Amino acid sequence: MTDHRFSAEAQALRRTARRELWIERILLAAAGLSAAVVVAIFSMLVWFCLPLFTEHRLGAVLAWRWDPIHQHFGILPMLITSCMLTILALCIAFPLTIGICSLLHGTIRNGVLRRMLLFLVHFMTGIPTVIYGFVSVFVLVPLLRWVFETGTGFSLMAACLTLSVLILPTMVLVLHAELDQAEARYRLTAEALGFSAEQTMRSVLLPACRRALIVTVLLGMGRAVGDTLVSLMVAGNAAQVPHSLFDSVRTLTAHIALVLATDSHSMAYQSVFAAGLFLFLLMSCFQAVLRFWAKSGASFR
Amino acid sequence: MKPTVDRFWKTVSWLSGLIVSASVSFLIGFLLWKGVHAVSPRLFFGDTAWQDALFGRRPVFDGIWPAVVGTLSLVVFASLIAVPIGVAAGIYLSEYATARQRRWIGSLVDLLSATPSIVMGLFGFTLILFLRKTIFPNAQTGLMLAAGCIALIVLPYLIATTQAALQGIPEESRLLGASLGLTKWQHIRHTLIPLSAKGILGGVVLAIGRAAEDTAVILLTGVMARAGMPRNLWDKFEALPFHVYYLAAEHRDAAELAQGFGTALVLLMVTTFLFGFSYWIEKQAARRWNSA
Repeated sequence: MTDHRFSAEAQALRRTARRELWIERILLAAAGLSAAVVVAIFSMLVWFCLPLFTEHRLGAVLAWRWDPIHQHFGILPMLITSCMLTILALCIAFPLTIGICSLLHGTIRNGVLRRMLLFLVHFMTGIPTVIYGFVSVFVLVPLLRWVFETGTGFSLMAACLTLSVLILPTMVLVLHAELDQAEARYRLTAEALGFSAEQTMRSVLLPACRRALIVTVLLGMGRAVGDTLVSLMVAGNAAQVPHSLFDSVRTLTAHIALVLATDSHSMAYQSVFAAGLFLFLLMSCFQAVLRFWAKSGASFR
Repeated sequence: MKPTVDRFWKTVSWLSGLIVSASVSFLIGFLLWKGVHAVSPRLFFGDTAWQDALFGRRPVFDGIWPAVVGTLSLVVFASLIAVPIGVAAGIYLSEYATARQRRWIGSLVDLLSATPSIVMGLFGFTLILFLRKTIFPNAQTGLMLAAGCIALIVLPYLIATTQAALQGIPEESRLLGASLGLTKWQHIRHTLIPLSAKGILGGVVLAIGRAAEDTAVILLTGVMARAGMPRNLWDKFEALPFHVYYLAAEHRDAAELAQGFGTALVLLMVTTFLFGFSYWIEKQAARRWNSA
């Protein structure tokens, strides 16, 4: 009798254990799948880029001229444009980020105005990219055309202004979160030393957050490089190396979208895969640096 | 000396605050000014009666209803794919994973979140090329492919929010399971998930918002202007953000332009609502532990 009950209990236990094991396996499968997707993306891009390497056509893609009708498939102009656009957008967005963060943490530390500004920044994260592009097409582009009286207005300048507004909220929120922590640690000391709010910001809080500053810049860069819609809508899309701010330009991301929408030439396709692979690798580099900084930052504290 | 630098710094900060607030207010104001009179039943259904459009009895030609349906089905299918996987992966990473697994899987998921959406779209496109070369010679881009690619975009958000919600649970609540003699999964199922449900829900809403706004992915995976209603899961479709993009470049007359502004306003309202809602849930969830 007792034996029988014992074995029944043991069976129930075993069943539970098996169930637990299966659940863990299913959860692991989900986590593994999420991780494997990245590997799949990478291998797919490499697989489609392979002909470039095996058939020695890499030189044709890493060239300065894009003119598919005359068999020129160089993507270097787009690459340069992407880099220039990102750097220019950061040159505008970074000072604005510092300015807004020092408003939030120094000049107006409490009150309605601060809450409104924070609300605004949170609101900006929710605005779809396509809307930034849409409004730029109908406001910024005619404005540039009217003020500077050169070209159509669809230019590097328009894209970089729009892009800087687009990446701003991400950067502000990251830096703001970090400054919140730094403020809790240093505010009293700084006030005891008789620093003004701006002095505290300049010589205590920002130096304390210098790692966060780099993370901020990298995240902003990542968003700016990866953005497609703004450059597609307002940059003008001429495949050339820009010589002035008012030249019509095309970024790597826009190049991918444009070529896949129109051309069907196999070499044009391969240039797109090369562009995709390059973007992916660039993001991996950013991510690696970010990880490195975050980790060394943690050990630093 | 110092006061001068201070004053300069202060001026620049105020200036940057002003510039940003002004440009965003201008953006909203401009959209409202141009778009608000376009938002009407006519914007959605055109000349078709709304009852007929809603039940699909008659096609809508000059309204944005097909785009609304397209975006809605994209969001639904992408969530159906991404939410179970994302939440399960988040639970695994937070509760089961060893430090080593967490580092590896975590960095790959981070990389997934950093991948530009156009590259995700390119991945979907190559998948179709690959399928055409191998088993399905007439594979086409379409609704399900786009939903799958969007699911990949929102997956990292879901994983991150689930992980954060589970890790935000105070240590005392974690003792509960052990004290009752629950197994690990019973503990997760009956105490941890209910306690972190709000945080997870916030992540889901955020993911829906991201899925609704993304344009670059669907650009490469089967969106089409004037595709009408998708007839099946593999058909071409329309979507709200793409409609805005398309009308910005290719409007033929003032009426279409007005429709563009109306669509942009509708899209902005939808995403603002979703992001606001997710932010609110997040605040609620955070307050719960801080006040306790």
